Amino acid sequence: MSDVSDRVRKIVVEHLNVEADKVTEKASFIDDLGADSLDQVELVMAFEEEFSVEIPDDAAENIQTFGDAVSFLEKAVN
Amino acid sequence: MFDLTGKRALVTGASGGIGRAIAQKLADCGAEVALSGTRVEKLEEVASAISGKTHIVPCNLSDLEAVDKLIPSAIEAMGGLDILVNNAGITRDNIFMRMKDSEWDDVIAVNLTAAFRLSRAAVKTMMKQRAGRIIGITSVVGVTGNPGQGNYAASKAGLIGMSKAIAQEVASRGITVNTIAPGFIASAMTDELNDKQRDTILSTIPTGRLGSADEVAASAVFLASDEAAYVTGQTIHVNGGMAMI
Ligand SMILES: NC(=O)c1ccc[n+]([C@@H]2O[C@H](COP(=O)([O-])OP(=O)(O)OC[C@H]3O[C@@H](n4cnc5c(N)ncnc54)[C@H](OP(=O)(O)O)[C@@H]3O)[C@@H](O)[C@H]2O)c1
Repeated sequence: MSDVSDRVRKIVVEHLNVEADKVTEKASFIDDLGADSLDQVELVMAFEEEFSVEIPDDAAENIQTFGDAVSFLEKAVN
Repeated sequence: MFDLTGKRALVTGASGGIGRAIAQKLADCGAEVALSGTRVEKLEEVASAISGKTHIVPCNLSDLEAVDKLIPSAIEAMGGLDILVNNAGITRDNIFMRMKDSEWDDVIAVNLTAAFRLSRAAVKTMMKQRAGRIIGITSVVGVTGNPGQGNYAASKAGLIGMSKAIAQEVASRGITVNTIAPGFIASAMTDELNDKQRDTILSTIPTGRLGSADEVAASAVFLASDEAAYVTGQTIHVNGGMAMI
């Protein structure tokens, strides 16, 4: 478990108020974790803040699952 | 009346009659206020009349690049943004058949597109804060229409529709979005009317007088307050009864 995925999971758990073990690689924020479209925008903003990166809108649209977020951010911070 | 201590507000068109009154009243209630407009001297004059903390953030709202810098500079000056008042507005009246593309474009740019861009940037910050107030100054004309003001009426009706849409999107985040629709408000412009014009206007207003900028500002203070948390997507009509909607 990478450091990035721990940090992303923490944000998701806190923001969406879900159990950590529900936040699996394939878990979709909207379909599996109960997020609405506004939550999704807020998650992206929270990721930007946590990792001090800019996530452009078109990239943000492709971040649908926990795994998507982790792989995007792992690339972005390296 | 309402306590806005600790709140940070940006008022566009603060160099004009209504914007100045709004800035003054927000400050009287304890808010820190960033004053925007293009006439810096006028903004300085407004700032010097306010005893609370003020900042001057000039911006030409018909320049979209400048518009995009306004919210960041207000946030930088105040450390955050709790209240946005989209008040700046212009008219370019002409009968519809003669209306020039430029008259249409100029009015939509300042009255509607700038309000869209500023609101979009403000909402981002307000979402993080889980609180915020966006107030648009529309006009009775945006609801009733008015001959010679097809462009202006469209921009003001647009502001109302946009505010309702944003209000629904962000209500769950503690942000309210409302508009105030003034009727005839005494201003430099109405001072120039002759007696006959004045009488014609007054005959349409049940209260029998023009409104004051302070009467518009009072509604802005209410909408900005914590007490107005359950009021969103609404338009407050301040028009002496000339249109009852
Ligand atoms: N007065 C009325 O009876 C009445 C009735 C209904 C609605 N309203 C609305 O109330 C609002 C304020 O009106 P008012 O009576 O106070 O008018 P005003 O005295 O003419 O003030 C207009 C304000 O808008 C600003 N503004 C105009 N073009 C701008 C631009 N390109 N960039 C930045 N700022 C710009 C002006 O700033 P600078 O001069 O510094 O550029 C000024 O501060 C307007 O939206 C108006 O449509 C007024």
